[in-house]
Amino acid sequence: MSLDYVKFSNGFEKFMPKEYRDMVEHGPFGKKVSVSQVGSFKEVLEEHPMCAGCAMTLFIRLAMVAFPNPEDTITVGTAGCGRLAISQAAIPFVYGNYGDQNGVASGLSRGLRLRFGDKPKDVVVMAGDGGTADIGFQQVLHSWFRKERFTTIMLDNEVYGNTGGQESGMTNRGAVLKMAPLGKKFEKMDMLQMAKVAGCAYVATVVPNNPRRVESVIKKAVLIAREVGSTYIQAYTSCNIEYAIPTDKVMEDAKTVENDRYQFTEYVSEEAKQYLAERYGYKEFLPKPAAAIPNKA
Amino acid sequence: MSETEVKTNPQGDPVTSVAVPKADRKSDPHGEAKRQRVVTPEYMFHEAPRTKEFITGSEAAKEAIRRSNVDLAIAYPITPQSETMQLVGVLYGEGYVKEYYRGEEEVGVMAAIAGGSRAGVRCYTATAGPGTLRGLEGIASWPGHRLPVVAMFTCRVVNAPLAIQPDNIEVSYLLNCGMIVFHAENQQDMFDFTMAGFTISEKNDVTLPVGVCCDGFFVTHARGYVRMQDRGIKLPPREAWRGAVPVLDAENPPARLSRDAPVQKSNFMAYNIHAVWQQEVWAAVERSRKYIDRYMGGLLTAENVDDAEVIIIASGSAAAQSREAVRLCKEKGMKVGLIKVRSLRPFPTKELRQLCGKAKLIVIPEFNYVGWLAKEVATAIYGFSNAKIIGGPRVYGGQSMPVELIVDEVESGVSGKKSTNVAMSQIMGGVVNADEVAHFMRSI
Repeated sequence: MSLDYVKFSNGFEKFMPKEYRDMVEHGPFGKKVSVSQVGSFKEVLEEHPMCAGCAMTLFIRLAMVAFPNPEDTITVGTAGCGRLAISQAAIPFVYGNYGDQNGVASGLSRGLRLRFGDKPKDVVVMAGDGGTADIGFQQVLHSWFRKERFTTIMLDNEVYGNTGGQESGMTNRGAVLKMAPLGKKFEKMDMLQMAKVAGCAYVATVVPNNPRRVESVIKKAVLIAREVGSTYIQAYTSCNIEYAIPTDKVMEDAKTVENDRYQFTEYVSEEAKQYLAERYGYKEFLPKPAAAIPNKA
Repeated sequence: MSETEVKTNPQGDPVTSVAVPKADRKSDPHGEAKRQRVVTPEYMFHEAPRTKEFITGSEAAKEAIRRSNVDLAIAYPITPQSETMQLVGVLYGEGYVKEYYRGEEEVGVMAAIAGGSRAGVRCYTATAGPGTLRGLEGIASWPGHRLPVVAMFTCRVVNAPLAIQPDNIEVSYLLNCGMIVFHAENQQDMFDFTMAGFTISEKNDVTLPVGVCCDGFFVTHARGYVRMQDRGIKLPPREAWRGAVPVLDAENPPARLSRDAPVQKSNFMAYNIHAVWQQEVWAAVERSRKYIDRYMGGLLTAENVDDAEVIIIASGSAAAQSREAVRLCKEKGMKVGLIKVRSLRPFPTKELRQLCGKAKLIVIPEFNYVGWLAKEVATAIYGFSNAKIIGGPRVYGGQSMPVELIVDEVESGVSGKKSTNVAMSQIMGGVVNADEVAHFMRSI
């Protein structure tokens, strides 16, 4: 059903813009695509108004390639750089009020479940560190405590990029930014720990310089959110403007930051492991055969 | 239309219980809800037989929701609204409301209501006073996002120091959001306006949120007779697929508003888009008039207004007090008419111009300090009536309004005696006394 709206109405093919025809003929809708195939199909997000060298844009592109059902996915965001790119994708995007993305996603995902039952309609929140950890903090945490079934992705550039480089809760201690003229006076907020405490079924950190890993965590997070509960991905997506990272050094910076404070971590609840193994054939989460467990005695 | 009265015991009424009634194992707890039959709005509002019950405003709202086929209700406790939303929770337990939860606070609740409406389901919430203002960023964005929703505002004080007393000043904030705003006088209005609200809000040429306001406590906690249709019937469901504005369900191409980054930018296209958008929202408010006439019987009601030289104009609880004032005036031999404004947005401008043409005195009692209704009325009838307008009496901060206050204003307005309760600055029009104005100007 949902695929119908990305198809041509009879007789209109030749009048449609090339971009649209490419999306219908070579887009990812209704197919299985992976990041290793990028370049061989029309991505849902290609053109965007982001700065040259923006790591966040790369991450958003990869994430959208990784969505398991892009034709049945709705993204929700808030003010920040990210939405400038997210809103350009061929996926419905909700741009509500400031910091209200997890509240909107709560109502949206419940409403879609009422209308479509078990048919997957994936709701994915993508918001910045300010939107998630500062202004939207209360709604983010409460949506997790309520075990709302959607994915929250933090695009963490450790700064308010869109408003011109102010300190956020996710900024590292000591960083000198606007509104932190003497350096930030407290630590980077530990949202990962809070996600676990609040009961998220899946929590992962990721940097964009490993596309296969981005794909892997996004797929798992979206699938788990369909039935098990809230999932959270925290992605380091540097701001090369505010942190003055030369354009050609953005990936190098990501590597450095990955080694410093963004090592890959992944938490999967037992229920989520079982769900992924049984429903989607994730072999790594299958229970180990009894004989393979070494005898403790 | 047949009408029978059901005797209820005000003290022991079981409907105030917030626990879902225990069902025995054999019967389906949602059985009664499942057996509800869908009827057309026309049958529901105009033809269905009604039975009279003596219930509170919160219970009236609950009974309206029971018959409104609501999908998603989100609750957050605030006095005096709490009772309403917890009673809606009982409906969830009984299966009349399909999804329900207690939200984190009003910003989160209004956001989630927006999400639910975008998903294409029928949504309901309620709040009051400080909760209204806390949620106002979200509420004020609903009309622009073209989200059909019904929200109830059980008005109370918003000023510091904190208080929980009745005061309807929050209505003045809601009037400028672009939403449709009704003001209920009593329990019956709460019931009727809420149900009509869902129908009007989802009309394709409207597609706007509806706010149903009432004066907290006076309506929510007090009992009144409410004539209600059988609980076995309900309104048709929201049909999102036929809505004028595509919902965000990945079944329709999304509404452009969600997509266009240029809408955010500073260029002539952005200004134009925003200007046109606001015009369209307010045009939709205008287009709701015909539905308010059809389903609610008009934007106002007029009682004894024909050739009355004195008219009291009021909304909400002030209308009830005014009706009693009209009776007292009649005993004193004064012929006074009453206009009760039911819809504040759209505002009954045309109707007031017509009704107030011959009036010599208009008295506008209100339950707030700022006198938002007096300003609305004066703006509407300027140039169409030569009446002197007394913007008062006003009570606020939890005060009740003795009807004698209103009678005093009628008497002093007619006799030309200076009012003891209403400031000179709130008296508009009529014959201007230069000495009084000079005295006023010297004393400020």
